[in-house]
Amino acid sequence: MSLGPDNVKSIAHLARLEIEEKNIEEYAKSLSSILDLVEQMNAVDTTNVKPMAHPMDVSQRLRVDEVLEENQRETFQKIAPKTEDGLYLVPQVIE
Amino acid sequence: MYHTKTLSELSAMLGAGEVTSVQLTEHFLQRIKDHDAQLNSFISVTADQALKAAADADEKRNAGNAGPLTGIPIAHKDIFCTKGVKTSCGSKMLDNFESPYDATVVEKMQQAGVIMLGKTNMDEFAMGSSNETSFFGAVKNPWNTNAVPGGSSGGSASSVAARLAPAATGTDTGGSIRQPASLCGITGLKPTYGRVSRYGMIAFASSLDQAGPMAQSAEDCALLLNAMSGFDPKDSTSLEKEVPDYTADLNKPLNGLKIGLPKEFFGEGLNKGTDEVIQKAITEYKAMGAEIIDISLPNTHLSVPVYYVVAPAECSSNLSRFDGVRFGHRCEEPKDLEDLYKRSRGEGFGEEVKRRILVGTYALSAGYYDAYYIKAQQLRRMISDDFTKAFEKVDVIMGPTSPETAFNIGEKSDDPISMYLSDIYTIAVNLAGLPGMSVPAGFDSKMPVGLQIIANHFDESRLLNVAHQYQQQTDWHKAIPEQFK
Repeated sequence: MSLGPDNVKSIAHLARLEIEEKNIEEYAKSLSSILDLVEQMNAVDTTNVKPMAHPMDVSQRLRVDEVLEENQRETFQKIAPKTEDGLYLVPQVIE
Repeated sequence: MYHTKTLSELSAMLGAGEVTSVQLTEHFLQRIKDHDAQLNSFISVTADQALKAAADADEKRNAGNAGPLTGIPIAHKDIFCTKGVKTSCGSKMLDNFESPYDATVVEKMQQAGVIMLGKTNMDEFAMGSSNETSFFGAVKNPWNTNAVPGGSSGGSASSVAARLAPAATGTDTGGSIRQPASLCGITGLKPTYGRVSRYGMIAFASSLDQAGPMAQSAEDCALLLNAMSGFDPKDSTSLEKEVPDYTADLNKPLNGLKIGLPKEFFGEGLNKGTDEVIQKAITEYKAMGAEIIDISLPNTHLSVPVYYVVAPAECSSNLSRFDGVRFGHRCEEPKDLEDLYKRSRGEGFGEEVKRRILVGTYALSAGYYDAYYIKAQQLRRMISDDFTKAFEKVDVIMGPTSPETAFNIGEKSDDPISMYLSDIYTIAVNLAGLPGMSVPAGFDSKMPVGLQIIANHFDESRLLNVAHQYQQQTDWHKAIPEQFK
């Protein structure tokens, strides 16, 4: 499997990750070599093998839906890049 | 001096009143000050906090409320959230992040009376096998400062090997405790998946990550694992399973122990010098009464390809939380929300992290999910089944931890694939969720070689017993690099 510069750009967009133009070629090369390595998986027939998501095959534990944590808005917002009146600020989204 | 003692010995000295926690803490803080410039094993040193905690620990001891770890100073890998202390995960993304809460591992250690000396350097977001991907610079191996310490828990391994801390915590997603332990000549244990809480341990690949102790001996690891382990309702993958006393079985004789040697761990790619050291260790085990059985783990060769689908897929999903909005790095003057996301992430993450996010995003994208992630999970089961079959015949599996001793800084940093292959013997253990250890077994051209021991799920006690008995017969684990004696 080989990826070209355009593939890298579209994957980077999906990941919301800026890749500098001058590095695109390098990423295309290294991603292609990783995908080549991964290709080895295709040599094995896995028909009827159940995918393994958890080493002990346990399922998600659930608990009663009750409030356990106190609101710590101020503590959490102290480490935020930009807040105002208890809200997180981002560039304007809706005109 | 204190730093030449194991954690267990220091614990006994504290108990006998031969030393105070303040004295120990001062001693190790001084060693960090004197020696860490050569190694770069710490990202943060928390001296004031440590000395205060040490004084508290001494008071607790005087009042008769001390446990075996009360007053013992250790270091935490910078992947564990520590309240009010920078928790960078080796990344520019979190260079300004002071965690608002403690990881469960950190909290449990605190409850046991352990003193935190500081936070150790690591590969960025634990993605690496050499500690060269850290935003805070490469860590050096105390046995040869031109060589890497291994990764991703390279700072923990290097600091313990140089005796700047009696022990440290680490995390292991594909070998990140065992491989650096091997390359630095210390003892490291990756517990069964679900044994130790992942709460507050910054996630890389959630179905593989597991925290564990890195120390000078199996006995030290047992003491630390006692304090670290246990069910945690805050971690949805934590398992409700009783924690035994891991020191209880240390002295059991190894008569009749069945050791499996997978032929796949001794084939092409294994360095000759490393092989010789491992063979000698196995001979030693025979002399202790163990029976050696040849086994096969036929899907071993698939573990690296499977890992490089599962781990990047999970990392791309986990790392999507770093968006420049709530915490961490944010770019200057974003022109819109998309620009904010893209540039904050582009600037905050290093090259290897970006590479893995891209691979993972691709593997999970529409139309590719089945071909990559599902296929990898199917093969993961086959790899895991190999171990299940093997453990019907043997008690533990042994082999090298790493195919070679520590390589030089820069030697593999331009070639991700050759770097990935250095974890060939450790990765399958994570895929199967098994506990594994690396134990110092000798030297090849003056560099340490680690013996890997793998046990069945939740059989950490046996692992520690098997390692401890070896350490009663050998003194490789006691070797200290010349310039750090």
